[in-house]
Order: sequence, then C-alpha cells, then structure tokens
Amino acid sequence: MIPLSSPEVVDTPAEVDEARQGVLDGLAAELGDAVVGTHLVAGHDVWARVTREAWVEAGFVVRDRLGFKAFEFLSAIDWLPSPYGKYEDSPTDPRPEPSTEIVTGYAGGDTRFQVFARAHSLTQRLGVTLKVDLPDDDLVLPTWLPVYAGVNWHEREVREMFGIGFTGHPHLVNLYLPGEFEGHPLRKTFPLLARHVKPWPGIVDVEPMPGEAAAPDDAAAETSTETDGEAGA
Amino acid sequence: MTAITDREKLAYANAQAADGRVNLEFETDEGMTLNMGPQHPATHGTLRIVVKLDGEQVVSCEPVMGYMHRGYEKLLEVRTYPQVNTLINRIDWLGSFANEVPFILATERLMGIEAPPRAQWIRTIMFELSRISNISLFVGDMALHIGAMTAAFYAFRDREFVLNQIESVSGGRFHPNYDRIGGLKDDLPKGWGADTKAAMARIRDFCDEMETLVEGNEIFQARARGVGVIPADVALQYGLTGANLRASGVDWDLRRDEPVGLAWNEVDWNVITHPDGDSFARFWVRVQEIREATRIVDQLIDGLPAGPVMAKVPRIIKVPEGEAWVATENPLGEMGFYVISKGDLGPFRVKIRTASFNNISIVPWVCRGVYVPDVVTILASLYFILGDIDR
Repeated sequence: MIPLSSPEVVDTPAEVDEARQGVLDGLAAELGDAVVGTHLVAGHDVWARVTREAWVEAGFVVRDRLGFKAFEFLSAIDWLPSPYGKYEDSPTDPRPEPSTEIVTGYAGGDTRFQVFARAHSLTQRLGVTLKVDLPDDDLVLPTWLPVYAGVNWHEREVREMFGIGFTGHPHLVNLYLPGEFEGHPLRKTFPLLARHVKPWPGIVDVEPMPGEAAAPDDAAAETSTETDGEAGA
Repeated sequence: MTAITDREKLAYANAQAADGRVNLEFETDEGMTLNMGPQHPATHGTLRIVVKLDGEQVVSCEPVMGYMHRGYEKLLEVRTYPQVNTLINRIDWLGSFANEVPFILATERLMGIEAPPRAQWIRTIMFELSRISNISLFVGDMALHIGAMTAAFYAFRDREFVLNQIESVSGGRFHPNYDRIGGLKDDLPKGWGADTKAAMARIRDFCDEMETLVEGNEIFQARARGVGVIPADVALQYGLTGANLRASGVDWDLRRDEPVGLAWNEVDWNVITHPDGDSFARFWVRVQEIREATRIVDQLIDGLPAGPVMAKVPRIIKVPEGEAWVATENPLGEMGFYVISKGDLGPFRVKIRTASFNNISIVPWVCRGVYVPDVVTILASLYFILGDIDR
C-alpha cells in the first residue's frame, strides 16, 4: 500500500545543504559586510540580502564567481499590510483597524520596499534569490543591466508597478500601463477598485458541505486539521 | 493633386491598423516606422511591434505590451489559495494545466504536504498533454506565418484528440482547473489510458507529417535557416528558457534537472537540443519535444501507481508564513511562482515569472539588422502566448 503523505515525511530533510551553504559562503567571502541577512531551506532554496551599495557588485559576484549564468526575474515586494484589510475580513462588518507593522520575510529586512531578483546556475542546478532594502524616501537602485541584459523589462515593470527608480536604465518608460497612468498598482496602498465597488460574493455565501450542518468556518478548519496526524499511514 | 494632411494620413494608418495589417504609420527623416499590431495576425494576441526601418532592414524593433495586462499579481492578493487556480489557468491559455502545477507545488511546499504518488504521476501526464496540445499548435502556427496554410489545419485537427483526453479527465478543454492543493480533483476515468495512447500514436503521425510537410520544405528552410540566431550566452543573459534555450545548444531542462516531485525521472526520455540557435532549430526542437512528450505519456500510463489522488488537507486552507519559489518546464519555457505567505487564507504577494516575458524581451536584440519578413519568422519561432507576457 502506498502511504499517504504527511507533514513528517516532507519535513525530514533537515540535513546540511552543502551546495546552497557554499553559495552563502561564497557571497560572504566576496562581499563581506555587505551581506546583511541570509536564509537557507535545506534541499529547497537559499536567500541573501545585500546592501544597496553592493547590489550591482553582488550581481557580478553571483554571475561570474558563483556561476549563476541564467537570469530568472527581478521584482519588488511591498511589505506594508494592505490598509484595505484581508480577504477573510467580513465585507459587511466594520473593518478592523489596519495594521501598519512591517514584517519582512526570509533574510530579513528593515524597509517597506524590497527589490528581489533571482538567478540560476545550470551546472549546480540551483538558484539564489537576492534581496535589497530600499528606504521609503529614496526609492532608487542602480540598474542591473550590466549584469544581466534581460533585466531591462523587469526593471521597467518594477518602476511602473512600485515606483522604484533605476539609475542608469536607458529607457525607463511604462511597459504595461498607459503613459499617463497615475499611481503604482502593486503598492499595497493602491486600492483594487473592483473590490471596493462590489464586495466579493464568495466570502458571503459559504455553503456547508453536503450532510454537514452549517458550522462556523473556524471550527470546521480546526477539526479537520486535528485528524491530519492520524491519517499519516 | 490635392495634398494629404498629416491628420488624414494618421487616420488612414489607424484604420489600417484596426484592419490588422502591417501598415505604414508615419514616415520620419531617418527611415520608416512600421507598426505591426496590436491586431496583426503574426502577433497572435494583441502584441504591438514598432519596427524602424532603413530600406528593407530593421534598425530597431520594440514590442509594445499591455494590451492584455490583467494585473494577475494584484488580483491574486485578494484571492484564497484554491481560488488562485482559476485565474492562473488563463496565463498561458494553450497549456493551462501546466500553469496550475508550479503554483500548487509552491503552496504545498509552504504547507509541508506532498501529493500522493498517483497524483504526481497523473499531474505529469496532464502536464505533458498540455505541452503536446500547446506545441502542436505552434508547429502549425509557425508554418502559417511563413505562408504554409495546410500545416495549421492539420495542427488544429490533431490537437483536438489531445484536448478530448484533457476534457474527459477534467471537464474543461482549455481550462482544466484540475489540480488541487494536496492532489487532484478526481481520478482518471475508466479506459482513459488506452484512449490516450491511441491519441499519442496519432500525434506521432502528426510529427512525421510535419517533418515531411514543413521541415523538408525548401521555402520553409530558406525562410527559417540562419534567421534570428541567438547564441547560448546571450540567451542565458536574457533569461530565455524552454525550447528557445535548448535550440541554442544549452542542455537544460527543468523536467530532468529539477523535477520538483513530479514523475519525469521515473521514465525514459531525452532532452532535445540543437546547436544552431536559429528559427529552424527552434522549430525542430519543438517538434522533437512533442515526440518525447508522447513517449513520456505512454510510459507513465503503463506504470501508473495505484492509490489515492488526494492527500489529507484541511478543508479551509491556511498556509503557514514563509516564501517559496517553484518553477517547472512549461510548454513555453520556465514558469515559476514566488509565493509569499503571511499565514492568511490568501497569498500576501505572488510574483509570476512567465516564460514568454523573458523570451520576447530578446526581440529588440535579435531583430536588429534583419529584413522585414524575418521579423515575422523570428516572432513565430520564439513562440509566445500573449497572456503569458502580459499576465
């Protein structure tokens, strides 16, 4: 019989991930203090956060010394919790006071906006995600164009979607949005108007499963989580 | 003779653009600007290409996107995890099932669950079926762009056999919406394996047909060979993936190198590469890839393990805090989802890395100095789906 999978099965590879640790060691050796945060999930992925001054150099180190020849993507994250509430908030009740606490993810961070980029190594068969903090009053980063030529459109997209500038980019015009568009849509402060005009109906009419009494959602979630462990084998 | 005002010229040009033809937009001192699209047939979808010409030669070529930008990254922030599936089906609409897989895998990684083996195998089969239906259309489509109409009809005809198989499993021809966090919606119907193998045999015949009909054709070779050559290091710089990268001689396929739990490494197949890096190589690699995909499907159906198709997951899916990146080798190239969770019902941010976006970003580089008809050949051979660029 083929066993059902369970959380225990997946969480076991906690052994040392030498290849990915090697990437972090290489970055630390080349950049020194400029690496301000790292994170490693053994067997899956590796993250490193560098200072803004070292952003371009970090790109060259990753490409040339560590062998990450293939460029994947560059984008940004706005860590501010959405002032318009979460999905699970009821559309009819008064909205809870939005949180303004900024909690960043892997490899840490001190600012609301972070730019992150990813490159891949064909020989080592692994990728690395680089992050960089940007202070709110100075959302500018030197362009990565000398590192990976393919970053061109990605930086244009970040510029229009997040309002982050890239010095040295030759053609930083809108990629998707019309030229006169105001605002930066992927910022959390930019409202998704469709949701404000009409509340999402899915949240209102939650149907009970057949043969099940209409129970509060949280209670249903609790009970089904508890049965998980037993179903492991 | 009455002088024609600029305004009239522009009105005429716009009317022509609406007609969907390559047409003259305006003339400048340095040369001529051609405006292809947004509804030109060679741009399938609404991609607009502005080409500056010196005589017949292209001075610069700039794709203009955004005519189909749907803002998925923003929309996903107000969806729950199961709801995301429906939207991302529509990114690359010719290989829809393949879009679902990387997102589901990223979510499963964050939740620390894994689908049972049978589900992983069926996912792999469906993934390859989407690849076949997607790429077989490319084969007809590229021939059509070069002027051979017949191949397109054959492609539409034979793709239907694959779509029927996808439909009988999931109920959807184009948008299966079949993958679930922790497994699959349903098991396969009875007798499906035999039918699918018959369809695979037809697809192999289709490949033979295309090889004699298109690849062997002198005109096709003259139009495609040596046109739009992309060297391997440039391809990597621009983040090209998939068949475009392998046609430049780079032996890299995520199916073999990072199968992320799916069943590709359980069966025998080959990664196809071609050293030339021109449009013909890209066509050739894709035709061979259909063949390999049919082999994968046949073997997977034979070895399909028994068991459940769904792991135990809570009814209401809350994903623990964390970040995960999962990429798979989709029909158009590498597609990846970078999912950031804050422990809520829906993702905090999703970055969608699509293959076509990077693949098309090389167009300004590769089209410099080519002749006008070659622009169409190059665009067709790079193969993009507009929804996959604009998201």
